[in-house]
Amino acid sequence: MSYQVNGTAVEHDEEGYITNLADWSKDLAEVIAKAEEVEMTDEHWEVVNFLRDYYEEYQIAPAVRVLIKAVKKTMGPDKGSNKYMYELFPYGPAKQACKIAGLPKPTGCI
Amino acid sequence: MAPLDTDKAQLDVRGPDGHPLEIPRLACGAMADLKSFPAAPEHQEALGFPGELVENWQEVAIAKMGELAQKNRAFQVYLDACVKCGACTDKCHYFLGTGDPKNMPVARQDLLRSVYRRYYTFAGKYFPWLVGARDLTREVLDEWYTYYHQCSQCRRCSVFCPYGIDTAEISMAAREIMDCVGVGQKYCNEIIGKVKAVGNNLGLNPKALGATLEGLEEDIEEETGISVRLPLDEKGADILLITPSADFFADPHIDGLIGYAKVFHEAGVSWTLSSYASEAANFGMFIGSYENMREVSLRIRQAALDLGVKRIVFGECGHAWRVAYSFLNTLAGPFDFLDQKYPVPQHILEFTWGEIQKGTLTFDKSKNDEFRLTYHDSCNVARGSRMGDMPGGQFEIPRNVLKAVCNHYFDMDRDTIMESTLCCGGGGGLLTDDLMDLRVKGSSPRMKALQQVTADHGVTHMAAICAICKSQFSKVMPKFGYEMDSILSVHQLVSNAIVLTGQNAGEDDADEAGED
Repeated sequence: MSYQVNGTAVEHDEEGYITNLADWSKDLAEVIAKAEEVEMTDEHWEVVNFLRDYYEEYQIAPAVRVLIKAVKKTMGPDKGSNKYMYELFPYGPAKQACKIAGLPKPTGCI
Repeated sequence: MAPLDTDKAQLDVRGPDGHPLEIPRLACGAMADLKSFPAAPEHQEALGFPGELVENWQEVAIAKMGELAQKNRAFQVYLDACVKCGACTDKCHYFLGTGDPKNMPVARQDLLRSVYRRYYTFAGKYFPWLVGARDLTREVLDEWYTYYHQCSQCRRCSVFCPYGIDTAEISMAAREIMDCVGVGQKYCNEIIGKVKAVGNNLGLNPKALGATLEGLEEDIEEETGISVRLPLDEKGADILLITPSADFFADPHIDGLIGYAKVFHEAGVSWTLSSYASEAANFGMFIGSYENMREVSLRIRQAALDLGVKRIVFGECGHAWRVAYSFLNTLAGPFDFLDQKYPVPQHILEFTWGEIQKGTLTFDKSKNDEFRLTYHDSCNVARGSRMGDMPGGQFEIPRNVLKAVCNHYFDMDRDTIMESTLCCGGGGGLLTDDLMDLRVKGSSPRMKALQQVTADHGVTHMAAICAICKSQFSKVMPKFGYEMDSILSVHQLVSNAIVLTGQNAGEDDADEAGED
């Protein structure tokens, strides 16, 4: 199971999350997004970049509430809602956006 | 490359006219191809199970089955006692939702019972064809994996069985046997591994947990003008709060956590969370592994000792409360170092209801007027535990609290609530994307019961006290005509209505919880 990026194979698990986090690149994100039927816009990148920054500091994805708060600050109050996050990432900001951002899938009762 | 297409789970939604308990047409083999992702060798080994199918797996599985029957008399009785009366056949939400006859509880039990008969009963050893006894073959093992991962261990069927046979126990035993031969499920086993490594199902480390809690303190202060704390690892606090890690991460769970904090604040008690025991939801129960369940529970004991607390309170989580209420003392007791004046452990709803009765909390119920509410009893609370000091307290206390904080409350059909409650469709270790089709179908009886109260009373929202139920409903509700935020935490509603001391009650806060 792998994604093809510029001629290289990047391995992923059964659910499409990359197995080696260091394999991530912007080009790969586009490839994953395409497989997820998500068209990456600036807003999508804003979220993905925030997730990656947060992950770098905390080694885990942020709570949805934390993400929304950050989005509210950078993109404005009308976009700081769960609903808008689901418009961007129909399968959920936590799971789908993490997949595109090359982060591990959050697990648990979520 | 095939990222999951789970969101396209299709289903025949009959709408408000279909009765929630309507028996479906049989659809033999409808769910036979469903296979939850298997655990990787590293997930297995972290839990003390073989990484992959062992060579002499039949021998190991049969021996394990015998060991379980010997150690756990109830399990043996369940295997021996069924008379095929049929009372359970239409009681499983997965059967109602899929029509697959192997999801009838008796059929699910028989997958294991038939093998037990072959190796452990006289008739089965010598005349297997007369008593429906089967050899344990690879096909049988695969069938176990498929159908024991279509049981949410909700125990609704056991309420209707005249012998009290508990399919959940059989399903747990089956998963334990499979784990012991090296065939585990990814979702559950990866999660238990994370608890052992980090302290919770999410893998949330202390630094991230601390930052999340600080952020919530800021939010509460911004919203109410009052400083309400969410302390972490504070030695000498009176109460240790053990809550599912989903409360630190997901919506609407996190709004419930804010509610607990506000209640503790108003009650004037000192409390703390623990970064070492930052998980209530004990997945050891789902895989029937006493050892793993015990290991997760011992973290709670250790945290209580290290922090020197006097009481343990559990947050909103279904199976956590079953483990806590029914097994914690056996698994990790004795808790003689805690204050015996209080229940050990106590449920957050018992705490909140106690404070409401004492009159320490002030509410403005109109803050919840935008909601017309019903309540979903979570299976492990309803059928595996109790609250308060009277029978049925686990049904009454949550409803009492809801009625104290909101003006519009309506129960769903009596055959679908309290001890007869329907599973959300995602319990028992099935809340994973690879089982989305099953989850949607399994939720349909509950959703039809909800659609009934929507039609009859204009109900808009449903409250729950289980992290799994909340996540499951926020995912499946849109398939039944509801917004994903139509599911609420009970303490989210408490949080909306509570008026903190010093807070200007007339001041219109943004009331984020209800707005999104």
